[in-house]
Amino acid sequence: MVKLAEWRGKEIFRKYGVPLPPGRVARSPAEAEQWVRDGSVPLPCVIKAQVLAGGRGKGGAVRFANTPEEVRAAAQAILALEFKGERVREVLLEGKLAIGRELYVAITLDRSARVPILLTSSQGGVEIEIVEDSAIIRQPIHPFPGLAAYEKRRASQSLGLTGAASRALSPLLDALWKAFNAEDAELIEINPLAVVGEGLVALDAKVIIEDDAAFRHPEYSEIRDDRTPLEEIAREKEIAFVQLDGNIGVIANGAGLTMATLDVLTEFGGHPGVFLDLGGTDDPAKVSEAFLLMAQARPRAVFLNIFGGVTRCDTVATGLVQAMGQIPPAERFPLVARIRGNNEVEGIEILRKAGITALSSLKESAQSVVAAAQGPTAAGGRA
Amino acid sequence: MSVLVDADTRVVVQGITGHQGSGHTRQMKLFGTKVVAGVTPGKAGTQVEGVPVFDSVREAVDRTGANASCIFVPAPFAKDALLEAVDAGIRLVVIVTEHIPFHDMLIMYHYAKERGARIVGPNCPGVASPGKAKVGIIPNVVFRPGRVGVISRSGTLTYEIVNGIRENGLGQSTCIGLGGDPVVGTSFVDALPWFENDADTDILVLVGEIGGTAEEDAAEYIRHHFTKPVVAYIAGRSAPAGKRMGHAGAIISRGKGTAQSKQAALEAAGARVGRFPFEIPDLVSEVLRERGRR
Repeated sequence: MVKLAEWRGKEIFRKYGVPLPPGRVARSPAEAEQWVRDGSVPLPCVIKAQVLAGGRGKGGAVRFANTPEEVRAAAQAILALEFKGERVREVLLEGKLAIGRELYVAITLDRSARVPILLTSSQGGVEIEIVEDSAIIRQPIHPFPGLAAYEKRRASQSLGLTGAASRALSPLLDALWKAFNAEDAELIEINPLAVVGEGLVALDAKVIIEDDAAFRHPEYSEIRDDRTPLEEIAREKEIAFVQLDGNIGVIANGAGLTMATLDVLTEFGGHPGVFLDLGGTDDPAKVSEAFLLMAQARPRAVFLNIFGGVTRCDTVATGLVQAMGQIPPAERFPLVARIRGNNEVEGIEILRKAGITALSSLKESAQSVVAAAQGPTAAGGRA
Repeated sequence: MSVLVDADTRVVVQGITGHQGSGHTRQMKLFGTKVVAGVTPGKAGTQVEGVPVFDSVREAVDRTGANASCIFVPAPFAKDALLEAVDAGIRLVVIVTEHIPFHDMLIMYHYAKERGARIVGPNCPGVASPGKAKVGIIPNVVFRPGRVGVISRSGTLTYEIVNGIRENGLGQSTCIGLGGDPVVGTSFVDALPWFENDADTDILVLVGEIGGTAEEDAAEYIRHHFTKPVVAYIAGRSAPAGKRMGHAGAIISRGKGTAQSKQAALEAAGARVGRFPFEIPDLVSEVLRERGRR
């Protein structure tokens, strides 16, 4: 999932014709000042940090300015911020508008109904999670006919819009629906959608693009704001790799088995620190790469839990033994291995020859790796 | 009786000449499945594992009477493969392919539904009924014929649990892997009535995971309509919120979607929920003993 910063979301809005305040992105205080001096952004204006975390208003990441000097100072202050762990690289400057009511509009996926869903609420401008369920109108959209005119009228009614503002909603919803599909979005959200005079203006933009559609959207490949460097390397190698807070590394295959493994370790008092999902592979080199990546995360102990299906046990064992030879002594860690399923006997034999004992019980192996992470002695073997 | 597949299931493998397609064709045949045709455009006239390859699903159906498909083609081409299968009259399509955009899957799901075809998957291990047929990739070794039904959102975790059931001396009636994608062709609620009506199934194992509300929906169905005992496991109790498995819009689930919520819903519906995957096979045996069916 690719979360877009507000300004990128608004670029998409502009492309599809969603009305926006006059605005520009700046990457330095001087650039910010220039946008108001040359009239690109009218004064007074708002200066907003372009970060993915919410709560910018309360966190000092949104400021107002009346003069070019104030704009420069505000941009300087915001660009120096680290907001909730995220360095601010850009600010968005927008002319301040005389805002009437603030509304909420979004299109996302309803997984259970297996249709897109249009969400509207007349209580915009606050975190939607705190809005009462009854104040949110849910309109399912069948993907074949798409967003129907009567559905848009219903949305307008639910938002209490009349006259010109009501007429402005129709093309705006069409634009959102088009963008949701054409950009392969998981979520397109405007919160708040402001009533300004007789019209509607999107004051904020939250757009999340689906990862699996990356093959038809090379334009998003450069945006990877919320991954750690190791997660980024793993992504390039097509290994699912997630860094958590603990000290035990987990290598498993398949999301369900990986999650179940974390659960078992946690139950026995362990703290999983990294998990790595091999997925389905029959290439020992890929297993080996995954192991070396794990070593870079410096775990106290590693638990390998494999149930061989597409990924055969002997493939995993071969890859593991290859990787062991390449890990420098200083970076080695205690290893507990459990491999079951396709070619289990061959896999266990390959590990045995390399001095690694494979356990078969999930419970015992989990207890053993938790103990290894707590103490200096290895259980099972050493990589 | 069984669910979705039986001895009359005749499988066409779409993408049969690929590495996965050919390997799993072999495994499906070893399971005893009638794999009657393969399709790879441009490869007509060749054979894979003794199975004739055609250029189109239409030809495969006309020549071999195929009535189920197993799709291995890469994600960018999966939508086309599904449309082709459905238009050729195939009524069961198992999609093994992973990373299909959910926008494509929305079209695929509604297209198949309107034409009376059933999708299992995508990103799923498929369907297997020991002694009858397997459409998909679940390892053959975990099965033996029996009376335990299994529905799961997971792959390898299912193998682990199904294998444990076998090691406990029991077997399976039918096992369906639904796949872990946000939009799936078959949900728990879709599959539950089949097991309720299946004379070969005495007890159902439900394996879920965090995200979405499929398990809560299942619990609701079980409470009102499902009369057979249910044993459940939910993966992801310790998974941190917001790291990948990200719920597509917390607004739809609103407090649902956590493992705790799913466990509670299933328990309230009368299911026995295991804390560990390795407890599930024992719980199955225990429930059957209590009911005097073993």
